[in-house]
Amino acid sequence: MTLKMTRKQKRLTLIAGGVGFLSLAVLLVLFAFSQAVAYFYVPADLEKAHVAPGTRIRLGGLVAAGSVERSAGTTVTFTVTDTLAKVPVTYTGMLPDLFREGQGVVAEGAMNDAGVFVADTVLAKHDETYMPKDVADRLKAQGVSLGGQETIR
Amino acid sequence: MIAELGHYALVLALATSLLQAALPSIGAFRRDAALMASGTSAAYATFILVALSFAALTHAHVTSDFSVENVWANSHSAIPLLYKVSGVWGNHEGSMLLWMLILTFFSALVAFFGGNLPATLKAHVLSVQALIATAFALFVLLTSNPFARLVPAPGEGQDLNPVLQDVGLAIHPPLLYLGYVGFSVCFSFAVAALIEGRLDAAWARWVRPWTLAAWSFLTAGIAMGSYWAYYELGWGGWWFWDPVENASFMPWLAGTALLHSALVMEKREALKIWTVLLALMTFSLSLLGTFLVRSGVLTSVHAFATDPRRGIFILVILILFIGGALTLFAVRAARLKAGGLFAPISREGALVFNNLILTTAAATVLTGTLYPLALEALTGDKISVGPPFFNMTFGLLMLPLLFAVPFGPLLAWKRGDVLAAGQRLFAAVAFGLLVGAGVAYAQGGGPVLALLGIALGAYMIGGAVTDLALRSGLGKVSPGTAWRRLSGLPRSSFGTALAHAGVGVTVIGIVAVTAFQSEHILAMTPGQSTEAGGYALRFDGVKAAEGPNYTEERGHFTISRAGIVVADVWSSRRLYTARRMPTTEAGILTFGASQLYVSLGDDQPNGGVVVRIWWKPLILCIWGGAVLMMLGGAVSLSDRRLRIGAPARARKPVRSLPEAAE
Repeated sequence: MTLKMTRKQKRLTLIAGGVGFLSLAVLLVLFAFSQAVAYFYVPADLEKAHVAPGTRIRLGGLVAAGSVERSAGTTVTFTVTDTLAKVPVTYTGMLPDLFREGQGVVAEGAMNDAGVFVADTVLAKHDETYMPKDVADRLKAQGVSLGGQETIR
Repeated sequence: MIAELGHYALVLALATSLLQAALPSIGAFRRDAALMASGTSAAYATFILVALSFAALTHAHVTSDFSVENVWANSHSAIPLLYKVSGVWGNHEGSMLLWMLILTFFSALVAFFGGNLPATLKAHVLSVQALIATAFALFVLLTSNPFARLVPAPGEGQDLNPVLQDVGLAIHPPLLYLGYVGFSVCFSFAVAALIEGRLDAAWARWVRPWTLAAWSFLTAGIAMGSYWAYYELGWGGWWFWDPVENASFMPWLAGTALLHSALVMEKREALKIWTVLLALMTFSLSLLGTFLVRSGVLTSVHAFATDPRRGIFILVILILFIGGALTLFAVRAARLKAGGLFAPISREGALVFNNLILTTAAATVLTGTLYPLALEALTGDKISVGPPFFNMTFGLLMLPLLFAVPFGPLLAWKRGDVLAAGQRLFAAVAFGLLVGAGVAYAQGGGPVLALLGIALGAYMIGGAVTDLALRSGLGKVSPGTAWRRLSGLPRSSFGTALAHAGVGVTVIGIVAVTAFQSEHILAMTPGQSTEAGGYALRFDGVKAAEGPNYTEERGHFTISRAGIVVADVWSSRRLYTARRMPTTEAGILTFGASQLYVSLGDDQPNGGVVVRIWWKPLILCIWGGAVLMMLGGAVSLSDRRLRIGAPARARKPVRSLPEAAE
C-alpha cells in the first residue's frame, strides 16, 4: 500500500472517487423517485386517472357521513368522498385519534381488482380544525365548500 | 404594560444589533481598536434586551394575560405552570423570539470568550452575527409580533395544542435551537475569514468548539424530538422522514461533516476551502429549515400563497444570507491558499470519505424534502415522498460510512495503511460477528440482513474500544502502564470513541426495532389476555378520570411473564376540553432497553376496545446512542486543547503538533 503517487494522481484519485460516489447517489435518487413515491388523488381524479390496481397511491377526501362500519375485528370500512365521486376503503388496524365522519382523511395503499381501496395507513392530523393539506387544496380546486374547516392553524 | 416593555426592548435590540453590525466592521477597516471593541458591549446589550423581551412574553404567559393575543391563542388558565412556560415557544411568534434569544446568546458568548481572537476577526464575527440578528428582529417585529394586544381582552385562552403539553416538547425546541442556531457562529466565522482573506489552522481551532457545542445540542434536540414523537403520537414510530424532521436533520448531517473536516484543517491545514464552504452550508441548511417550518409552505403551498408575508420575508433573509455568503465565497475562495497534500489512504482521506458521504446523504434528504414542493409548484401534481424513498437512498448511501468509521481513527495522518488497520480491527469484527450470532441464537434465527446489521453496530462499538486500547498500548505494555496511558489520553480521544460507539448503539437499536418488533392489533374485552414479546397482557377494563384540563378514559393492563405478574400499566385516551381534541397517551413499560407499548383505540359495539400492542426490542438503544454521541461531543469540548478561553495556545496559528493522539 505504499504506492508512490504524484500530486496529480492523488488529486485525481480523490476527484474520481468523489464523482463516482456522487453519480451513484444521483442514480439511486432517480431510481427511488421512480419506485418509492406515491401520487395523491381525490376520488374524482382517481376515476379519471385509471390507476392500475396494485399501484401505491394516496387517497384523500372526506369520510362520508354514515359510511363508517366496524366489523367485529379491527377491520373498518368507510367511503372517501370529494362530493363528486366516492371510493370505498377498507382498513385493518387502529384508526388515528382524529378519524371522524365528515372530517378530512388521507389513506395510503392501493386499489384492488374489485375497485376497493385497501389502505395500510390512515392519516388524520392532530388538530380538529386541520384539514390535511392535499385534501384541502384539491377540494378547493374542485369548488367544494369546506365550511371553514380548511383554516389551518 | 409589561408586554409593551417587552415589545419596546425588542425594538431597542434591533437598534443595538444595527450598531453591532456596523461599528465593529468599520472599526476593523479603519484599524480602530475602540470601534472594534464596541462590538462586545453591543453584543451584551442586544442579548440583555432580547432576554428582557423574552422574559416579558414569559411573564404574560405565566400570568395568563389573555389580553395578549399570543397568550390567548396558545394558553389556558388551567394548564400546569410548566406548559404555560413552554407555551411561550409552542407557537410561531414565541418560537421566533426564542430563535432570536439563542442567536444573541451565542453572539454574547463569542463576545465573552473571544478575547483571544485577533481583534479584526472578532469584530467581523460579531458584525455578521448582528446582521443575522437584525434580519430576524425585523422579521419578528414586522410579521410575527408576539406582543400584539386584543381589545377587549378575552376571559379565557384557547389552550396550548394538547400534543405540545408534554415535558419532552417543553425542552425539545430550546435544545434544537441551541444546535441549529449555534451553527450561526460557524457561519459568521466563515464569512469573517472570507472578508479578511486569511484562513489558517488557528481559525479551525477557534471554530471547532462552537461546532462541537452546536452539534451536541442539535444531537440532543433531534433525539428528544424523536422520542417525543414515539411516545406522544401513539403509533410507536420514532422517525417519519417528515419534512419538519428533515429540516433539523440536514444541518445535523452537514454539521457532522463540518466537525470532521475542521479536524483535518486544524491538524493538517488541508481542506480549508471545503471547510469554509461547509460552515456556510450548515447554517444555510438551518436557515432553510427555519423557512420550511416557519413559512407555512409545508402545511400547504396554498396557505403560503394566501398569507405569504412571513414566507417571503424568510425567503428574502435566506437568499440574502446564503447568496451573499456564497458570492463572497466565490470571490474570495481563490485567494485562500490550498492546504497540505495527503495520500487517499490516510486519516485525511478517511475524513474526506466521511465528508463525501455525509454531504451526499444531506443532499438526498434535501432533494426528497424539496422535490414534492417543486413538483407541486411547477406541475400541480401532488406526491408524497416518504420513508421508502429515504430508506432506499439515505440508508444505502450511509452504509459504507458505517463500515469505515472504525478505520478512521486507526489510520495515520498523511499516509495510512488500510491493511494494518484492518488487522487491528480483527477483534472488533470478531466481536460484531459473535454478537450477531448470539442474537441469531437467542431469536432462533432471523433475517440475515438484520443479523448483519446488528453485527455492524457491535463492530462499531468494538472498533471504538479497539481505538482506545491501541492508544493506551494495551497488551504491549504492562496493564499498569496501559492504564496510566489511557488516563493520560487527550479527552478528545474519549469523545471520538464515545461518539463512534454511540453511532453503533443507535444502529443496533434501529435494526433491532425494524426487524424484530412485533405488532398486535386486536379488540379486547375486559378480562381478556394476549401475548406480546414473551409477556402476557391482561386487559382489566377502562375507567374514567379527569386531569386539570382534560378528561380521560384509562385502560388498565396487567403484565405477567411465565404466570408471575411483573408490572401493570395504564394507557389512556384523553379529550382536551378547551379544544375538544382527543390524544392518545400510550402506556409504555421498559424492560432493559426494550419496551412494551400499549395504545388504546376505538370502542367496539360489543363493549370491547381496540388495543394496539407493540413489542419494541432494544428501542432505547436508538436514543441511548444519541446520548452517547452527545456526551462524546461534550467530552471533546472539555479537551484542554479546545477549551474555550485557553488564550496562549490559540494565538499562534499552530501547525500540526506531533499530536498526543498518536
